[in-house]
Amino acid sequence: MLQAQDLSKEVSSPEGTLTILSDVSFRIQTRETVAVVGPSGAGKSTLLALLAGLDLPTRGHVILNGANLSELDEDGRARVRAENVGFVFQSFHLVPSLNALENVMLPLELAGAADAQSASHAIIEKVGLSDRWRHYPAQLSGGEKQRVALARAFAMAPAVLFADEPTGNLDSKTGANIMQLMFELNQNSSTTLVLVTHDVALAERCDRILSLDGGKLVSDSRSVQ
Amino acid sequence: MKAIVFAIRSFGRELRSGEVLVLLAAVALAVGALTAVGFLTDRIGKAVARQANEVLAADLRLRSQEPIPATWRSTAEDYGLRTAETQRFPSVVFAGDLSALATIRGVSDNYPLRGAVRVSDSLFGEQRTVDGVPARGEAWADGALLARIDADVGDRIQVGESELLVSAVLTYRPDQSIGFASLAPSVLINIADVPATSLVSEGSRVRYALLVAGDDEAVGRFSDAVQQQPSDSLRVSDREESSERAYNAADRAQRFLSLTAVISLLLSAVAVAMSARRFAQRRMDTVALMKSLGATQGFVISVALLQLVALGVLGVIAGSVIGFAAEEILSAILADIIAADLPDPGLMPVVLASGSALVLLIGFALPSLIQLRNTPPLRVLRHDMMPPAPSRLLVAGLSLAAVAALLYRSVGDARMLLILLSGIVVIAAALYLVGRGLVALMGRFRSGVGVAWRYGLANVARRGRASAVQVVAFGLGLTVLLLLTIVRTDLLEGWRQTIDERAPNHFMINIQPDERDSVAGIFADAGVDAPDFVPLVRARMTTINGQDVKTRQYPAADGEWLANREANLSWTATLSPSNEIVDGQWWPADYDGPPLVSVEEEAAADTGLAIGDRLTFAIAGRELEVEVASTRRINWDSFQPNFFMVMSPGALEGMPTTYISSMRIDKAEQSLLVRLVRAHPSISVIDIDAILQQVRGIIEKASLAVQAVFVFTLAAGIAVLFAAVQSTIDERRFESAMLRALGASRRTVFAGVMAEFAALGIAAGILAAAGASILAAIVAVQLFDLPYEFNPLLWGAGLVAGVIVVCASGFVAARGAVNAPPAGVLRTA
Repeated sequence: MLQAQDLSKEVSSPEGTLTILSDVSFRIQTRETVAVVGPSGAGKSTLLALLAGLDLPTRGHVILNGANLSELDEDGRARVRAENVGFVFQSFHLVPSLNALENVMLPLELAGAADAQSASHAIIEKVGLSDRWRHYPAQLSGGEKQRVALARAFAMAPAVLFADEPTGNLDSKTGANIMQLMFELNQNSSTTLVLVTHDVALAERCDRILSLDGGKLVSDSRSVQ
Repeated sequence: MKAIVFAIRSFGRELRSGEVLVLLAAVALAVGALTAVGFLTDRIGKAVARQANEVLAADLRLRSQEPIPATWRSTAEDYGLRTAETQRFPSVVFAGDLSALATIRGVSDNYPLRGAVRVSDSLFGEQRTVDGVPARGEAWADGALLARIDADVGDRIQVGESELLVSAVLTYRPDQSIGFASLAPSVLINIADVPATSLVSEGSRVRYALLVAGDDEAVGRFSDAVQQQPSDSLRVSDREESSERAYNAADRAQRFLSLTAVISLLLSAVAVAMSARRFAQRRMDTVALMKSLGATQGFVISVALLQLVALGVLGVIAGSVIGFAAEEILSAILADIIAADLPDPGLMPVVLASGSALVLLIGFALPSLIQLRNTPPLRVLRHDMMPPAPSRLLVAGLSLAAVAALLYRSVGDARMLLILLSGIVVIAAALYLVGRGLVALMGRFRSGVGVAWRYGLANVARRGRASAVQVVAFGLGLTVLLLLTIVRTDLLEGWRQTIDERAPNHFMINIQPDERDSVAGIFADAGVDAPDFVPLVRARMTTINGQDVKTRQYPAADGEWLANREANLSWTATLSPSNEIVDGQWWPADYDGPPLVSVEEEAAADTGLAIGDRLTFAIAGRELEVEVASTRRINWDSFQPNFFMVMSPGALEGMPTTYISSMRIDKAEQSLLVRLVRAHPSISVIDIDAILQQVRGIIEKASLAVQAVFVFTLAAGIAVLFAAVQSTIDERRFESAMLRALGASRRTVFAGVMAEFAALGIAAGILAAAGASILAAIVAVQLFDLPYEFNPLLWGAGLVAGVIVVCASGFVAARGAVNAPPAGVLRTA
């Protein structure tokens, strides 16, 4: 499903070349749920960006659903994402000028889906916001915003869902609810999940944990569920 | 297709969010200014075009100060052409005790040959077109004249020695002058009634005309025939010549108005550029998100472009509405000056303004939007990721090309365009530097003021570049408004003050030699000093130093006009107190030698005359040769009768002479004039006060119209301020939340923001007052020959207007940022 091969990312900085990731390799199977953990600056978000084709590695390559992302241009990678990828972000990234429903419709509209509106209504109901769909992001609480984000991510029934600290901006109770919802949706739609998190408890709900430190993959373990 | 649907949907949402309103307003303003002026000039242009065909009331017109030989009329008829004759002369018209100066126009049966006369049956009544001319004993008089002498249709008026029945109000004749209406209203009478008025005698100011119309070829042959027998007094006008003059005047007015509109356009362009940048920045997160969700670069750019087009369309619609409304107001203001019933505006101005809006958006908004395309999708994870800035070369090139394209329409000539463009770049750079200087100066006062002002001044200094742009944008708008209000009043007042209180306020013209004693007697009876009678002889210059004046080269176009026109000559032994010799010698009081002439300084320069040059004049069939003895400077403001050419005593002896005179007649002595004109109907009395008042009225209306156009400039300045405030609104929101979280009251934060705008307003006011003062000094000294007087009001008004306008707009633009609840702002930041 998703394969990282000798991934390295270096950036130039005033202090010289900085290595953020070095020689990271792994394979993730379809429907697997994987947590990426590690301290701040370990390279978690960078790994996520490379896996989703938001950025390109300095060396190595990523193969997502059969497509070598390094061989594609920006538009090519965008097409791969359009067909395969969903996102959930720490800071939600809802479009402030669109209401909840319209935010969910966005990826469907981008993909040119014919029934964007009814499909979105259905998924909004699933995340429990059927009475709030007219609200704009500014009128929603943090938990509600993340529910909208989840609805948006699952609206396309993506092959892979990338989640970047999805509970980072939420209190623990709301965060737990959101994660519960995410795993449910994940199971229902047979999506592969790649989750970047600090939260050990959350990581342990996944099938597998990848630990990063100083840009290196230090452990790859099955979690004990 | 997907992009179109998406663009339309999300554009609706963008509009609802209010983010694009400033961009929309800037486009609408630019379009509004251009369409208003476009509509207006289109109307003027159409009025000119329509009247050009009628302006002669004929295809060809022969004009002369002497009766036109009857042979021309029969020749024209031999060619199968239709003919009509007109005579016109100034005279006072009476109704009871009231009187007014009018131009009497006697017309023959076929008048007009082209176009039609329109009349109404009562003052301000419904107009109708009439065939034919007034019947014997009847007159059609201008409404303005009837109003002045309190008469209406059905009343009798006295013209010279005849009494005529007013049978209609004259509302339009094809050969009335276009643009600035001729000052004396007209009375149309039957040409057969002219002799009975006894107003036409030798030397009186009668203009005779023969009108000719028919098929082009015959008119052409007749024209050739006339030109083959050149005559000193006969002037031939055809359609082209007369329309060319009208076109030139209209063209100049159009260009001037267009240029003023261009200033608004340039300021709008600044606002467009600023708000487009903000628009793009606000969209960056969304674009990054869309890209992370799979949108391609092509899709992103298509959506942005489509939205730009949608914005342009909305801006054009809003701007056209604004422009149309403004044009209605402008036309109402100018109704008296521009021929009354203007044709309906066409749609062309809207088309042109739409094109301009498109150019504006491409030149100033496109670079920011193109930049969006390169927004890295990684921005969804790392907020500091920015697209690479658009190349400076592209930005500068596109905007300069846009300005050039927009200006070219107003200027219409590549060389002028280049000069203008360089001028704009230089002036903009200079103004920007002054703006920066003012902003820097403001920053220096920071340490000596309270916390609110310190915060405000710090902000002005920190946003130095944007602050300078705002100062210049406002300063420009205010400069022009100050110029057109305070400076204009100052200049008119200054000019009025240079006119002596006892200066003459009436002219008498067309006094026959044998009338002098009687006129002096009327003055003596009224206990008023009899005025001096100044002789006047009409002549035409034929040669200068033996060279034909028609073929000679002149240093200035005015010189050619002066040499070829019919000249008014006078003679005197003593130099008038309002004259001063500049070069050569004035003749002794008892001079008795060969004829000498003294020429006015500028006339001599324009015609290329020097002391010792020999001029010949044709006067009533005789020839006179004179030698230039001196040049004079004339104080025209003295309102004394003055002449370009004054001869030595005896030079004009025996030539047909009339006299003119000037005098001061106060209101209490007005009855003297009535007696005078009754006793001597062929003498014309011209009321200078009335003419000055009319001129002042015209200037005031014209400047009101220009002011109206410059309101767009000020509005564009406000748009720039809004755009600037909006581009810093996130920053402001955050700062104000921070300050309030640190314990500042909302009032303190607000005072700080207001202090910032007040500082900008003061700087703009200083710039405007300085600009207006400098321009005023140049205009006063260079154009009006007035000593420049410093007017402190200019600075007071500039500063007050600057502070009020900027603070008021700033308040509206920034109040949301100050009022936002701090907790929410700090959490989402």
